Amino acid sequence: MPLRIKQDHSRFREIIRGRIKENLRKYIQKGEMIGKKGKDLITIPVPSIDIPHFKYGHKDQGGVGQGDGAPGTVLAPGAVEGDGKGKAGQGEGQHSLEVDLSLDELADILGEELALPRIQNKGKKNLTTPKVKYTGVHTAGPESLRHFKRTYKQALKRSIASGAYNPAIPIVVPVREDKRYRSWRMQELPQSNAVVIYMMDVSGSMGDEQKEIVRIESFWIDTWLRANYKGLETRYIIHDAVAREVDRETFFHTRESGGTMISSAYKLCKEMMDADYDSGSWNIYPFHFSDGDNWSADDTRTCIGLLKNEVLTKVNQFAYGQVESPYGSGQFIKDLREAFDGVENVALSEIANKDAIYNSIKDFLGKGS
Amino acid sequence: MEHGTQLPPHLADIKKEIEGHARSFGLEFYETIFEVLNYDEINMVAAYGGFPNRYPHWRFGMEYEQLSKGYEYGLSKIYEMVINNNPSYAYLLESNMDVDQKLVMAHVFGHVDFFKNNFSFQHTNRKMMDEMANHATRLRRIIDKVGIEPVESFIDRALSLENLINQHAPHFPPRPRNDGEEAPIEVRGFKTNREYMSQFINPKEFLDEQRKKLEDERAQKKKFPERPERDVLLFLIENAPLERWEADILAVIREEAYYFAPQGQTKVANEGWASYWHSTIMTTRALKDSEVIDYADHHSGTMGIRPGAINPYKLGIELWRHIEDRWNKGRFGKEWDECDDLRARRAWDRKLGLGRQKIFEVRKHYNDITFIDEFLTPEFCVDQKMFTYGFNEKANRWEIVDREFQKVKRKLLQQLTNFGQPIIEVVDGNFENRGELLLAHRHDGTDLRVDYAKDTLSNLQAMWRRPVGIVTKVDGKGVLMRFDGRDHTDRKVEL
Repeated sequence: MPLRIKQDHSRFREIIRGRIKENLRKYIQKGEMIGKKGKDLITIPVPSIDIPHFKYGHKDQGGVGQGDGAPGTVLAPGAVEGDGKGKAGQGEGQHSLEVDLSLDELADILGEELALPRIQNKGKKNLTTPKVKYTGVHTAGPESLRHFKRTYKQALKRSIASGAYNPAIPIVVPVREDKRYRSWRMQELPQSNAVVIYMMDVSGSMGDEQKEIVRIESFWIDTWLRANYKGLETRYIIHDAVAREVDRETFFHTRESGGTMISSAYKLCKEMMDADYDSGSWNIYPFHFSDGDNWSADDTRTCIGLLKNEVLTKVNQFAYGQVESPYGSGQFIKDLREAFDGVENVALSEIANKDAIYNSIKDFLGKGS
Repeated sequence: MEHGTQLPPHLADIKKEIEGHARSFGLEFYETIFEVLNYDEINMVAAYGGFPNRYPHWRFGMEYEQLSKGYEYGLSKIYEMVINNNPSYAYLLESNMDVDQKLVMAHVFGHVDFFKNNFSFQHTNRKMMDEMANHATRLRRIIDKVGIEPVESFIDRALSLENLINQHAPHFPPRPRNDGEEAPIEVRGFKTNREYMSQFINPKEFLDEQRKKLEDERAQKKKFPERPERDVLLFLIENAPLERWEADILAVIREEAYYFAPQGQTKVANEGWASYWHSTIMTTRALKDSEVIDYADHHSGTMGIRPGAINPYKLGIELWRHIEDRWNKGRFGKEWDECDDLRARRAWDRKLGLGRQKIFEVRKHYNDITFIDEFLTPEFCVDQKMFTYGFNEKANRWEIVDREFQKVKRKLLQQLTNFGQPIIEVVDGNFENRGELLLAHRHDGTDLRVDYAKDTLSNLQAMWRRPVGIVTKVDGKGVLMRFDGRDHTDRKVEL
């Protein structure tokens, strides 16, 4: 019997989804509003969910407690209930409730709200991975897979039936025929692997704000792609005049001062693909972010050549995001636009500020390729 | 969950045993029915506030989610949930050990004894189980008629106002609508000392006109409501322009609020009483040697204290024990009060043995406020390491402020004033003669939370339809917060 409460519960989740959708733009702008909890869960502060009452503001109220300590002793953070929720005097609609949400659900909401098409595996033959699944019980098998409970049950049945069982001395000895073993079958599970290769310009003209934008974008891109592909890998490349692969932490926090040669990153990206990601079995998504300043027109030409001949043929989509910065000329995106006008699997987006992240995610993921 | 589910035999035996102990100690309770539930079911019932059947609302779903999570993370496993009803219903978690079931049963009998005998509960509906189910049916029927959306948003609004009841109302008979005759209006015309001239100086038309004017004036002056009304919900039911189904729902919410109110008024005394009895029954009668460790573990878990909050179980049980000890040793009365020799006080023992008798008496006639006001002593405060804390704005953190008895007691009582709810009443249903609703917050030193207050005003306005306002104090200055359906405004007022 399904519990009566399930109805109320699903209504509650529905309301939460609605609220998150309404406020998605805000969440997208501020990646830090979303806390990670475990592997697949995130915590989202949802505004105005709880029912408002006339009630006392907490901070000027204080209270009575029990325990050791002289006057002036600090109470541990979190010791006081309702702490940290803002104090009286703030505007309306400040109260919020933290709600757990799975990344899949978040991706769903993102997809619905931004009207993102589901990604189709283009032209890739169906890949499968074998997976072991225990499906039944057999009378033969290795001892390591012996099913103790079933074996015991069988032996008990036999000894009771044969009259050998004595309740006073309930010893049951299994014989060969009693033994039962778990059996398995190999299952071919469809598999879809994807890799995201993030590239970012870390030359002097990319400031903290620009990197913050890249960080937030990458969170949403990851979330969406992860919901579409079972296994998602991410690789990070930074470049100024030369490119190198780094880990995530370094990716977002490095600042170099050299010039900018974008082709260096594309070269490394190509090498990476050649080495690790066979385009027949991987869905590849390179994302490149820069402020649009390249060293020379020559280098830009090299980039376009690389993309055309080496990269675009292998990837699902190549995306370039140009983050506005006070120092960049912003020329690069114009060159790309000229070269790849009408090309299916190139997504270009200009990101002026945090407000623009919302639309740029749409630019990047709206093609469904 | 079926009514009249049979307890499995071993639990039925345990119940019989514990019930016997409870009765032999003098506890006196309604018949108590225990239901065994799995954790999903028990979370559901807990989300419904202990009742198996409530009207549909998402808030229960929210509660349920939070409770389920708590269980999965292993945070809370022992439930004692009991309904103030005749017969009383209580719940046992299927997977708990026998020793836990004993503890819960003993605790539950404590509660039911308190429900039955404490004065705060004397006006509560003892057939609330049925009443709640009726409410559920009523609301479902309304939903069938007008649709889930309008009903849900109306319930949201109604719940937002559910604490605006008169906490003390059940103890007073409803007052008559019209009390006392009004003095007749006396029309005086111009003064005249010549009788024969009077009908020329004060002709009839003129006198009638004067009378009308005075009557109008009086009607203008007449307050509505005549005196401040703390039962805001009742005022709305009677005076707000509500649809019939809306008034119906508001009445349901109000009735349930009144039903739950005494439980809020006796949290410390009631939980303390139940804990006192589970501890007494377990440690003197029911506990087997093999169960001592688990019992001690779980009992101390319930009694745990955190520096930033009062644990009503702990405060309650210690106060009951303190009272019992004092009356056992004769530490009361004039002589005791006047003795200021510390050594004599410490050694004071008149061997009266009146403790048990006293606590049974106290459980009849006290609620949290009177309980703490009368029985919290300086000795107790020191023993229990009580302190007051406050927020240090400069350092942005909570700190211990004081350990002085009077301050601790005052703070504790202040938290319990009106049982923790701000006192709010309707002062004018026709504010400034424009049909606006004006509430007043009787400020007792603590400001309202402004963001919540504004949202609540919005909900109130949606019911009253005309603009609404509340007079309160913010940072020591009088403020009238007003909402007209579109904008929130604040206006300074003199108080």
